[in-house]
Amino acid sequence: MTSTATAPGSSGSLDADGLAARVQALLDDHDPATTDRIDFLRTRFDAGLAWVHYPEGLGGLGADPGLQPEVDVALAAAGAPDNRPHTNIIGLGMAAPSILRFGTPDQQRRWLRPLWTGEEIWCQLFSEPGAGSDLANVATSARPDGDGWVVNGQKVWTSLAHDATWAILVARTDPALPKHRGLTFFVCDMSAPGVDVRPLRQITGESEFNEVYLDDVRIPDDQRLGEVGQGWAVTQNTLMNERVAIGGGTIPRESGAIGELVKAWREHPERRTAGLHDQVLRFWVEAEAGRLTAERLGQQQAAGLPGPEGSGAKLTHARLNQQVSALELDLLGDEALRYGDYSARRPVLVAHADSPAGWRYLRAKGNSIEGGTSEIMRNIIAERVLGLPPEARADKDTPWKELPR
Amino acid sequence: MTAATTSHTATPRTGDLLYTEIEDDLRSSVRSLLDKRSSWDAVLARTESADTTDRELWRTLAGEVGCAALAVPEDLGGAGASWREVAVVAEELGRAVAPVPFLGSAGIAAALLLALGERELLAELASGELVVALAVPFGTVPGERPVTVELREGRLSGTVLGVADAAAAHVLLVPVGDALYAVGSKANGLARHEIVSLDMTRPLVDLVLDGTDARLIAQGPQVHDAVTDALRIGAVLLASEQLGLAERCLDMTVEYLLVRRQFGRVLGSFQALKHRLADLWVLITQARAVARYAAECAATGSPDLPVAAALAQAHCSVVVQQAAEECIQMHGGIGFTWEHPAHLFLKRAKSTAIALGTAERHRAALAGLVGIPGAQR
Repeated sequence: MTSTATAPGSSGSLDADGLAARVQALLDDHDPATTDRIDFLRTRFDAGLAWVHYPEGLGGLGADPGLQPEVDVALAAAGAPDNRPHTNIIGLGMAAPSILRFGTPDQQRRWLRPLWTGEEIWCQLFSEPGAGSDLANVATSARPDGDGWVVNGQKVWTSLAHDATWAILVARTDPALPKHRGLTFFVCDMSAPGVDVRPLRQITGESEFNEVYLDDVRIPDDQRLGEVGQGWAVTQNTLMNERVAIGGGTIPRESGAIGELVKAWREHPERRTAGLHDQVLRFWVEAEAGRLTAERLGQQQAAGLPGPEGSGAKLTHARLNQQVSALELDLLGDEALRYGDYSARRPVLVAHADSPAGWRYLRAKGNSIEGGTSEIMRNIIAERVLGLPPEARADKDTPWKELPR
Repeated sequence: MTAATTSHTATPRTGDLLYTEIEDDLRSSVRSLLDKRSSWDAVLARTESADTTDRELWRTLAGEVGCAALAVPEDLGGAGASWREVAVVAEELGRAVAPVPFLGSAGIAAALLLALGERELLAELASGELVVALAVPFGTVPGERPVTVELREGRLSGTVLGVADAAAAHVLLVPVGDALYAVGSKANGLARHEIVSLDMTRPLVDLVLDGTDARLIAQGPQVHDAVTDALRIGAVLLASEQLGLAERCLDMTVEYLLVRRQFGRVLGSFQALKHRLADLWVLITQARAVARYAAECAATGSPDLPVAAALAQAHCSVVVQQAAEECIQMHGGIGFTWEHPAHLFLKRAKSTAIALGTAERHRAALAGLVGIPGAQR
């Protein structure tokens, strides 16, 4: 074939007007007021208006990802249902990009649609008691057995495991190789025999996370994502998406923790002191600086200049959340000594603004640990941005099974 | 100043926080000129010479590169650019701790003359032939009225201490009551005493006026507003200067830690130092965002400019000090010597953090602007 003409039906150059027309066509054919919620979401996916930058047939149209917000806003304005993104954070933010990048066409067709519509919730079986920041040290094993694998091990810090239909799982398939090379990535059916989900009670009293025990769990080979031994590449891709999700995005001035602190300041004139005043202002300045930095990062990404500022944004967010929520308790004084509810036991997802100051203070302690500790973020910045030498690595070339544990 | 109740807490439009291609080009020409003509050893040598301002360099920057004309409209012989471009030049001059009267003349004085519509002086200022300085102490906070000069029978008398960019100025703009006067540098009854400044790269001058001839430029309540606006533009530009200097401190420190060996390793491999540099890098990325936001607000006349300027000074003043202090500490003994430029950076950093109001004064201003009132008891 010598022709360089664009293939018929290609929509790589689809612009805002083209998308607006497709949105209108969807709304004309499926009135949100009379269409069943899930039916509407499935139709939206099939029309390529779920993730507009995904390929056709997989929820997208190969359009510019920067056009997605316009689609979301237009559909919301027309009263269309959303896919309740906060109930499937791991699926939408981390599993979907990994399936898109590493999955076979069969796997993509099978998993992406119900993931996007929220009919199937996803979690990630990554961290273990012995593999936190050192994630490549996972000990959960996957042993070949007939046309599949048998998995044994214990995972921890698994958000949404109690609601999840599927999990992305990283497991060790070859302990004789150095730790990064003996890993393989799978998709695990959370209802499979041998999967045991137990709520993990945390510092706030509630159970936002779970432990997951995997006891002779069978995973068919067609649920392997990527090649055997390439699990680390898939995992890194997933983590990168996680940090972007934590650090980025446009937010209003005085939102989040600083908003709560300033609200408390305005509502309690009797508790104001000169010393606290300058502290509140310091944090206001830092929060606004962080907000503008996130805005600038977004503008850079939109201009096609992705920067390493995401790691910095995560660091700042964690520190500020902790300091601001601590100051809020000082400001509230006696009132802060009353906590609220330590008795929750079931895994719950909590909206921050609806929770008492004490809860926010305690929950913020996780911000500098989850999704990569602040110390790891500093190493990443020092090494990848500033070009300083990497930390000494005793484990790089040693077979995993010979590493001290 | 009483706490204003106007709330600026609604989220304003952010505008463009990146650098345009034109701004990048401008940066390259200024940087390459400064690399050639204002290396740090040349700057150090000048601090110990008779003329502390590099007038030759300023002539090139203003006359050939056009740095003094950027924010001046084209019909006045200016370049018709905006405060965004001026801020980019300020970044480069901060990086080089260059001893030129850019901030005072092309920044504060130009903003003041623009606000008052004083065309003649502005055109001369834009051409680079005339250096103009506002005669207020360098530590004046936007909105303050530091008036120490009075009018007697058409002549000015009084003392103004610690004025920046006045040593090289041909014309001084002197606020008196609700009026603004222009005083020529050779006027009878004017004495300029150059003091030993903490920042040796930005000489300060004590002005003594004793029955000095002066020309009335403007009179009325608009003068105080125009002076406030001009000092605010000054604060915006100073934030960019601080950004440039902070970046230079980080770059130089990283470079040094990659070659300096102790205990058989390069210093940059020690995690304690890596983490401090990572934190500094994060602060500088934030400084860039707030400095760019302030420049954008100044360029577009945003109603959020008072907030943006105070925010930029409250943040960048802190960052530049930390950068200069880390630069000295991580250079070890060599950083404490006269022969290394780190002390020039520290002196410039600390001075800029006091100039046009300390971070604490700008936080106090923010308290009024965004409705975070102080303690009543």
